[in-house]
Amino acid sequence: MTTAELTKADFQSDQETRWCPGCGDYAILSAVQGLLPELGVAPENTVFISGIGCAGRFTYYVDTYGMHSIHGRAPAVATGLVAARDDLSVWVVSGDGDALSIGGNHLIHSLRRNVPMKLLICNNRIYGLTKGQISPTSERGKVTKSTPEGSVEAPLDPISLALGSGATFVARTVDRDKAHMTEVLRAAAHHPGMAVVEILQNCPVFNDEHHIHVTDKAQAAINRIELVHGQPVRFGAEGERGVVALPGGGLAFGDAADAIIHDATAADPTLAFAINGLGDPMTGPVALGIFRNVQAPIWAEGVTARLKASRVGLGDADIDALLHEGNTWTVA
Amino acid sequence: MTTVERNQSGTDHQPEERESVIVRFAGDSGDGMQLAGGRFADATAMAGNDLATLPNFPAEIRAPADTLGGVSSFQIHFASRDIATPGDSPNILVAMNPAALRANIGDLEKGAAILVNEDAFTKRALMKAGYETSPLDDGSLDGFQVTRVSMTEMVTRAAEDVEGATTRDIQKSRNIFALGLVSWMYDRPAEVTQKWIEGKFAKSPVLRDLNLAALRAGYAYGETAELVGTQITVPAANDVPPGLYRNVNGTQTLVMGLLAASIRSGMNLVLAAYPITPATDILHELSRRGGHGVRTIQAEDEIAAVGMALGASYGGALGVTSTSGPGMDLKAETIGLAVMLELPLVVIDVQRSGPSTGMPTKQEQSDLMMALYGRHGEAPLPVVAASTPGQAFEAAIEACRIAVEYRTPVILLSDNFIANSTEPWLVPSAADIPAIDQNLTTEIPADGDFLPYARDERLVRPIAIPGTPGLQHRIGGLEKEEGTGNISYDGPNHERMSQIRAGKIAGIDVPDVEVDADEGAEVLILGWGSSAGAIRAGVRRVRQRGIPVARTHLHHLNPLPANLGEVLRSYKQVLLPEMNAGQLSKVLRAEYLVDIKSHTNLQGRPLRAAEIETAILEVLGA
Repeated sequence: MTTAELTKADFQSDQETRWCPGCGDYAILSAVQGLLPELGVAPENTVFISGIGCAGRFTYYVDTYGMHSIHGRAPAVATGLVAARDDLSVWVVSGDGDALSIGGNHLIHSLRRNVPMKLLICNNRIYGLTKGQISPTSERGKVTKSTPEGSVEAPLDPISLALGSGATFVARTVDRDKAHMTEVLRAAAHHPGMAVVEILQNCPVFNDEHHIHVTDKAQAAINRIELVHGQPVRFGAEGERGVVALPGGGLAFGDAADAIIHDATAADPTLAFAINGLGDPMTGPVALGIFRNVQAPIWAEGVTARLKASRVGLGDADIDALLHEGNTWTVA
Repeated sequence: MTTVERNQSGTDHQPEERESVIVRFAGDSGDGMQLAGGRFADATAMAGNDLATLPNFPAEIRAPADTLGGVSSFQIHFASRDIATPGDSPNILVAMNPAALRANIGDLEKGAAILVNEDAFTKRALMKAGYETSPLDDGSLDGFQVTRVSMTEMVTRAAEDVEGATTRDIQKSRNIFALGLVSWMYDRPAEVTQKWIEGKFAKSPVLRDLNLAALRAGYAYGETAELVGTQITVPAANDVPPGLYRNVNGTQTLVMGLLAASIRSGMNLVLAAYPITPATDILHELSRRGGHGVRTIQAEDEIAAVGMALGASYGGALGVTSTSGPGMDLKAETIGLAVMLELPLVVIDVQRSGPSTGMPTKQEQSDLMMALYGRHGEAPLPVVAASTPGQAFEAAIEACRIAVEYRTPVILLSDNFIANSTEPWLVPSAADIPAIDQNLTTEIPADGDFLPYARDERLVRPIAIPGTPGLQHRIGGLEKEEGTGNISYDGPNHERMSQIRAGKIAGIDVPDVEVDADEGAEVLILGWGSSAGAIRAGVRRVRQRGIPVARTHLHHLNPLPANLGEVLRSYKQVLLPEMNAGQLSKVLRAEYLVDIKSHTNLQGRPLRAAEIETAILEVLGA
């Protein structure tokens, strides 16, 4: 099959999806399957690797190569795959618990390495598959079965963590805005290094409408700070508010007229970090879009090609040469 | 440049010929004892002796100077005949300071020679080592042949002609002086060490000349000083198989085995590892082999390392991870995933003394139970154990062969002793290395359906790697439906899949054990792993008493050789020495209902020939 003829159906497996009705993962799966045909990568050259949690099932539903691995370790598995196979398009699908709690170490290290993979964090701010405990992104005071008195922990923000880990592509989108999600995922797909995308995702069973402040039309109009590279950072029902620079340094909300221009390609991630720190991710305003999109050395780029070249003609003579290295002597 | 002459004509000494000698170099961990020992071993190998070495060092890189905890030693046993161990008790101890003397004197038998650096026996150093009076003067060394040499002074004098040498550099060359002296005492060829110094310090003429001067001074001192006793020669070994030899440790051979398997199979080799003693040298050795189709990754942790190795395997490479006990604990979940996925993976465990951090630089073979059973669920996998530094080559190839051809994780057990000790190795030929067939599926089956969990007659599943058109499929840690690999929670299917996975491992073709038996032997000595040498030497001692003994050694711990049960039952007694609390004996008692006698040792050092001899005689009631 030539890649020009690919359709969404080519990326749909024959497995029945088993998420709860109304789960945000359906929309994410559909957006990804809708995007893949236009990328020009054949299904056989695309690999999805997932960890554990509701999002972990993603792999089974995309008709590419795929591995449903273990909790938190998908970035490590993907790194190993890329080590000798940078000819593949590698996607990792993870959740807030998988990527940020049990797998936090692999996330930060794959980001600092800039391993060429696209990593989606489906963030529903709850543990769904284990029936509703706090996740590392749950808000302080969250009442769950494991926190009957309310969570006493501060949440972790994936965008800030990624920026602090040296990520080269960082974006946030939301499951109920297909156009926005597709646009962000498209940019992530074209990013040559590691791209991390936080997708605010609904869990209708254990954390329903936790992101209503950016999904409800009326509320979203007030709360969504749209980040568009080269455009002023404005928001509000009439676009009347903006993110402005403070005279003494730092950012604040102010008048649209004074809004700073968003530069996703800035070498210094400070402003991106500051924008993300404004407002309140739990109630809004919340910035959506691409925070950062810069070029940096890709993990061991060129090594795979050198590896391939080094294998050409490798044979028994090379083994014998290895075996005879160093001082040898002969016993008659 | 002046060369070191091996000139015996100017001395009155008549060399005394001996069949075997055990030398131990001991000093502060910064004194360069491992280096001196290693050079002595290389020269000894080049002299054609059979040899075995035992490095022993503290976990601390630079422990406080002159303390007992900072003593590092290197023992070498060399002989004109085939030998099996680094030896039990040294014939000569080279002690660079009082702490080295105190830490090692207990291993010496009366009559042994002691060579000390007299200059290091200062009041302060004696006190730090816990001596109230100097053992050199208080008669406590009576019965030993003590030779006192002012090494500090000698190297200072030797360095007088070397322009630009700092005091610190001069002091650091004491080990080379000692090496020169001991090389003369045992008639080792100085040229080998000389060549090494010239290569090592090629970019630093001052250090080169300084170390050559120190070597020369030590050699000349032995030749001329009346203080040093008779020179001893150990003729080249005459009972080893003919062929080309080199001196190797078990890390080098293991790495060569991995490389050979990779080249033979045509698979890229990806090693991912996290630094851990004593496995780190595998990462070092492979990291400089990029030209041989090798990619190494220093992972962020042990779990990432095994995950990366598995990811590489998934892409069609030979995925390998290397670690030691604590790292094995962390890798367990991913190894279980590899069992479930049925992907090739080689996990190398260079065992050390545990549990927890234990004694990281000391010897033990106590990870066997973990290798066999250390995963949740029914998760059998093949376990291969190396037995000697040389045999680690074959063990590594065998682990790769099984992993690739049976699509399974394999645990390869090495240990601290195998990794670090050296022995002459009859260099094999590439032509003798078995072929390894990755046997990938590349075509869409005639009936149109690729079934990733279909089985061949060995119960092995087909593998199609990413990039293969038309064969896209998903694999995962959830239980799979037989054939299709689709998620299945069906109980009978799970039982069947469990049996298939177990049956595949049980059916792996491993060679029968061969028994080295005397006519009329009533006792079988069974070993595994690095106790091979000590057992061989212990058995030899018993045989020298005229007592018939049988001996065999296991290299496959799972599956066990098909004839093992029959072999065990054909002897009245079975003795199993191992460096743990009796792990293999428990496994074999359960498997074969044979009343195996266990000999165990947890002292952090390799087993010794003498203790094996005693254990055999006890079992026999002799």
